[in-house]
Amino acid sequence: MSDNLIQEQIKQDYAYGFVTDIESVRAPKGLNKEVIQFISKQKKEPEWLLEWRLKAFERLQSMTEPNWQKPQYPKIDYQALYYYSAPKNFKEGPKSLDEIDPEIKKTYEKLGIPLNEQKRLAGVAVDAVFDSVSVATTFKKKLEDIGVIFCSISEAVQKHPELVKKYLGSVIPLTDHYFATLNSAVFTDGSFVYIPEGLRCPMELSTYFRINASNTGQFERTLIIADKGSYVSYLEGCTAPMRDENQLHAANVELIALDDAEIKYSTVQNWYPGDKEGKGGIYNFVTKRGICKGKNSKISWTQVETGSAITWKYPSCILQGDNSSGEFYSIAITNNYQKADTGTKMIHLGKNTKSRIISKGISAGHADNTYRGLVSIHQKASNAKNYTQCDSLLVGNLCGAHTVPYIDNKNSTSTTEHEATTSKISEEQLFYCKQRGLNQEEAISLIVNGFCKEVLQQLPMEFAVEAQKLVSISLEGSVG
Amino acid sequence: MLSIEKLNVSVGDKKILQNFNLKISKGEVHAIMGPNGSGKSTLSYALAGKDGYVVDGKILFKNENIVDLKADERAQRGIFLAFQYPIEIPGVFMNNFLKTSLNAVRKAKNQKEVDVVEFLSLVKQHAKKLGIKEDQLGRALNVGFSGGEKKRNEVLQMSLLEPDLAILDETDSGLDIDALKTVADGVNALRSPHRSFLIITHYQRLLDYIKPDFVHVMVNGSIVKTGCSKLAQELDKIGYKEFQKAI
Ligand SMILES: Nc1ncnc2c1ncn2[C@@H]1O[C@H](COP(=O)(O)OP(=O)(O)O)[C@@H](O)[C@H]1O
Ligand SMILES: [Mg+2]
Repeated sequence: MSDNLIQEQIKQDYAYGFVTDIESVRAPKGLNKEVIQFISKQKKEPEWLLEWRLKAFERLQSMTEPNWQKPQYPKIDYQALYYYSAPKNFKEGPKSLDEIDPEIKKTYEKLGIPLNEQKRLAGVAVDAVFDSVSVATTFKKKLEDIGVIFCSISEAVQKHPELVKKYLGSVIPLTDHYFATLNSAVFTDGSFVYIPEGLRCPMELSTYFRINASNTGQFERTLIIADKGSYVSYLEGCTAPMRDENQLHAANVELIALDDAEIKYSTVQNWYPGDKEGKGGIYNFVTKRGICKGKNSKISWTQVETGSAITWKYPSCILQGDNSSGEFYSIAITNNYQKADTGTKMIHLGKNTKSRIISKGISAGHADNTYRGLVSIHQKASNAKNYTQCDSLLVGNLCGAHTVPYIDNKNSTSTTEHEATTSKISEEQLFYCKQRGLNQEEAISLIVNGFCKEVLQQLPMEFAVEAQKLVSISLEGSVG
Repeated sequence: MLSIEKLNVSVGDKKILQNFNLKISKGEVHAIMGPNGSGKSTLSYALAGKDGYVVDGKILFKNENIVDLKADERAQRGIFLAFQYPIEIPGVFMNNFLKTSLNAVRKAKNQKEVDVVEFLSLVKQHAKKLGIKEDQLGRALNVGFSGGEKKRNEVLQMSLLEPDLAILDETDSGLDIDALKTVADGVNALRSPHRSFLIITHYQRLLDYIKPDFVHVMVNGSIVKTGCSKLAQELDKIGYKEFQKAI
């Protein structure tokens, strides 16, 4: 009986699935040198960047897609995709809010991200990326006054080429792996952040990614540099329309923390997950990596992954500076036929480096959820410490959870600690809650939110409540 | 308040309750005693609406047949079950659970939901009476609670939710004499002309503190004898053997 009960009705309504009807300019279909030249030209890029892209493209020819991950996916026809799509009346470069297409403004309003600064959450600056281009960045002037650079990466290429040239590809090299290299060849837009020495950025910076056009891949590139002794908290959010076909999202995110700097990077990922039968949805194949380059620096990744048909990402930290530390807090929720293979890599190079990994995987319906992580402590990393905790929660009997931790410790003074649990929401727990007046969904939401509280607490206040709601909505109807 | 008519409950091929009948009027306290395995807990689950049983017959609660209602709907209508084995829910703090529960029930009754401040003052007041330490309210629900703490927690929830019918399934088992008294005080404080109790117990000693209006003896899934509170004392002396033989 209980099995039936748990498997009944798996319905989830995706509230962000609408399409904005807007004319767009696209690169010719397919992946080749001409397309890359087209993108570079559209963006009026300097010669060095075009060469960099072409080098990546050349490299790509001899690479193959990785296949070690758990979720398998049908072969992607890279020649059938569009690599650049921008709203037609879009002009590159900085623009005032009045210049933004009203349809796009409406889209963001509908998504709960008004671009109008007066309506924005106080204390949060937003960069809005629509398909391949950044359409608006709010509070830019205010941030500029204190020396913070927060703009689209295209704009940074024009205005701050020395910073971009120095750091682009410094954490994720051109040759890293198939999707990262693909991104380097065709990346279109994304955010750029530079925090000057000694400054604690007074606002949350956030980017909101929206895929609108069909048959279009989104390849954004984000680069965040925290100079000595600075601090920044950055948040990204993402949604996409409901479409029958799978759409590819292959972003690269690079973080650089210099001496005594701290970067806190939070993600609330809610790409379209596909329908109840598993049709459609985003392939979220993302490379995120940060380097704690300076001593005493810190990088903290927090992610709430509720969307996408397949999520495949490992936000990682290279702990190069002595006494630097890396953190990874993750909630990955999969429902229906969603698949997630996510985790982190903590590479300890410096002395006294610390890392902490807290992963909460929740699986419902027919979904599959894998934590995959690597803790690597190099020979010279004396007194390094890692703590890893991976908890999985199953809702129903048809879903799966897997934990694949790799530990490689080459220094005898360093220690690693790993804890893992798998539990299931039991019929007895649900009955107990119902006996106290809660309905099925309230009960599940309460139990799941309790399960991932430790991670939710890491999110900036403004977003914690949103994320908590999202967690509940993602599991709505996962149990009959 | 409650009228159970010709109730049969089974799981798979196993018949657990057979032709079970019981009437409880407003304000009455009934005790059910019986040997292990006679079906007492199953009765409490069937009344609370747990899934997984084949149920046949009528359960009239406040003149409504609730046999087809879900557990949460029955709870919202005023049925409360203090579990024999309270369930642990890791990660869910007691405070949060109690508040969510209280507001779910209040909402169903069209009462105003309580805010954090009101809730905290209410829960602390009840906790104090039941000898529950405040730090327990900040712990995960029943996780790592001792047997006694779990049972007191059940009574705390009952006091907060103010049900019309409270079913206590062996709430006295595993309690020392002081805890037993506290629990009994908690129940007695809730006794009112508008509230009824069904108290399931093995031992007569709880009934020294909570005087029942009726005592029923349950064997093999049905009531075989009904009497006044004296019956409990007799049972304590002679045991259930007589009744088991009779069947
Ligand atoms: N889910 C179930 N499946 C099969 N048998 C059950 C189930 N629940 C209870 N029983 C059986 O029904 C009988 C009554 O159990 P229970 O109601 O727990 O008795 P009591 O509470 O009086 O000790 C016992 O023989 C028990 O083994
Ligand atoms: Mg029992």
